[in-house]
Amino acid sequence: MSTAMVEAQGVRKSFGPVEILKGIDLRVEKGSVTCLIGPSGSGKTTFLRCINHLEKVDAGRLSVDGSLVGYAERNGKLYELKEDQTAQARLDAGMVFQRFNLFPHMTVMENILEAPVRVQKRPRAEVLKEAQVLLDRVGLGHRGDSYPQELSGGQQQRIAIARALAMKPKLMLFDEPTSALDPELVGEVLDVMKDLAEEGMTMVVVTHELAFARQVSDQVVFMDQGVVVESGPPEQVLGSPVHERTKSFLSKVL
Amino acid sequence: MSGDQLKDAVHGVPMVSGTTAAPTTAASATALGVTSAGQTPSSSATHQVSMPVVPLRYPGRITVAVILVVVAALAAADVALNKRYHWDVVVGYLFAPQILSGAGLTLLLTVVSMTAGILLGTALAVMRLSANPVLSTVSRGYIWFFRGTPLLVQLIFWYNIAALYPVIALGLPFGGPSWVIGSANVLITPLGAAILGLSLNEAAYMAEIIRGGIGSVDKGQYEAARALGMKRATMMSRIILPQAMRVVLPPTGNQVVSMLKGTSLVSVLAISDLLYSAQIIYATNYQTIALLIVASLWYLALTTVLSYFQGKLEKRYGRGFELTSGKTRKRRKRSAA
Repeated sequence: MSTAMVEAQGVRKSFGPVEILKGIDLRVEKGSVTCLIGPSGSGKTTFLRCINHLEKVDAGRLSVDGSLVGYAERNGKLYELKEDQTAQARLDAGMVFQRFNLFPHMTVMENILEAPVRVQKRPRAEVLKEAQVLLDRVGLGHRGDSYPQELSGGQQQRIAIARALAMKPKLMLFDEPTSALDPELVGEVLDVMKDLAEEGMTMVVVTHELAFARQVSDQVVFMDQGVVVESGPPEQVLGSPVHERTKSFLSKVL
Repeated sequence: MSGDQLKDAVHGVPMVSGTTAAPTTAASATALGVTSAGQTPSSSATHQVSMPVVPLRYPGRITVAVILVVVAALAAADVALNKRYHWDVVVGYLFAPQILSGAGLTLLLTVVSMTAGILLGTALAVMRLSANPVLSTVSRGYIWFFRGTPLLVQLIFWYNIAALYPVIALGLPFGGPSWVIGSANVLITPLGAAILGLSLNEAAYMAEIIRGGIGSVDKGQYEAARALGMKRATMMSRIILPQAMRVVLPPTGNQVVSMLKGTSLVSVLAISDLLYSAQIIYATNYQTIALLIVASLWYLALTTVLSYFQGKLEKRYGRGFELTSGKTRKRRKRSAA
């Protein structure tokens, strides 16, 4: 079996006395799309944030493309990496946030160029060309000089996707990318994500858009109260769920 | 047009530009025939009725304005004509070499102390926000002390520091070898004491201002920066501090202005700043008021210039934000109409 893009074994995470993740096991194959669904507070977002170490894992193993996230393994012990070393490791995963989190003091183009030029130290001219291609791809080729706040939520989120792609990540993480959008703007963002999935990008998506999950994902994972209740192909998990909790969740959402 | 019809029209208009209008709304839509897609329902409705609008008048405003203008004119005339102001003396000393060098020293003290205050204040703000409790407590204690004692007292204290530490030396603690640098009386000149006092005091205020600015930046910005693989230093210098600047600048402008005027306190240390230079002159010619006016005019001129640059800086760091402020949006709407 080849290495998975993301492999989680018994991942645990607590905030103070509250245990959010109670041992997550999950495998995301290269080039596949995984949708994490479940009620709020189920730990989906926390797990997603653990994947690129925005949250520290308390116990268990979590690796991205074969290498541990945020830790180094030596002599059978895990050593926590320094923040700046973790920053380097984070480059494998691009992240798209619910609230876009574009840099408001920079133009759209500057938003996209910032990390490839400053963090990856790639030549500006080269990144500029790629950035324009990315902007065209998300349908905003003419908005490079705009500031984020001049754009609609849907446009901002598409820019955020382009910004993450400019780092050439192996994996894209989406944290409820359409939850902060007006209903009529959801479609344009999902379309960009569908294109991305078709091009073979490995994606992990926390979402409430079950139609998207059904149509695009290879694997749907239903989480509740910090555990994976059920996972499998979308037609199985969404179509004929086995567990009561999955059934009751789907009956409320659909 | 009756109220009901108006309501109908208002409901009808959005449908016209959208899909083919439903039968019920079609009537009102045709009634509004000229409506173009861009107009808002309410404006098209009033356009149809086209009744003249009489704006509300404000007689009180005009009365108050007239009274104020008259009072101001009388005051100005008195200031100009009252011989006791000695405007000829004011003009005579406005560009006197002593006054000019005093103004220069005041500006120098302001720039040096403010720069040092901002640098130290930034460090204190970062310490205050640090996860390390020792660092944040030290910063808190510093701010507590330097904000809690008068600047004048601090200045005199630094001037007399030699009473506490006659000799300044670098050395190892607990009786280790030490390297004597010199006598405190020689090293801490009045100017040195002034810069020390002003900078250390300013740092306490700037620390609080900068802490507030950093705190105003959305948490999501840190996460986005980290998710893009930025190291802490890059994140602070490229993402967080530029955004904090927008919040930090206006109160910092205040601080610069009050520092410029606060430097007049150093006249007690016999430093020939702007005020002390004026004092020396009027001590010999007894033209107290005229020379205080000269000093005030220079203080005003300097604060005006500094405020101009503050405005420029605020504009620079407001980029990407000012576009959505209410004022701009209104202006844009108006120009679009």
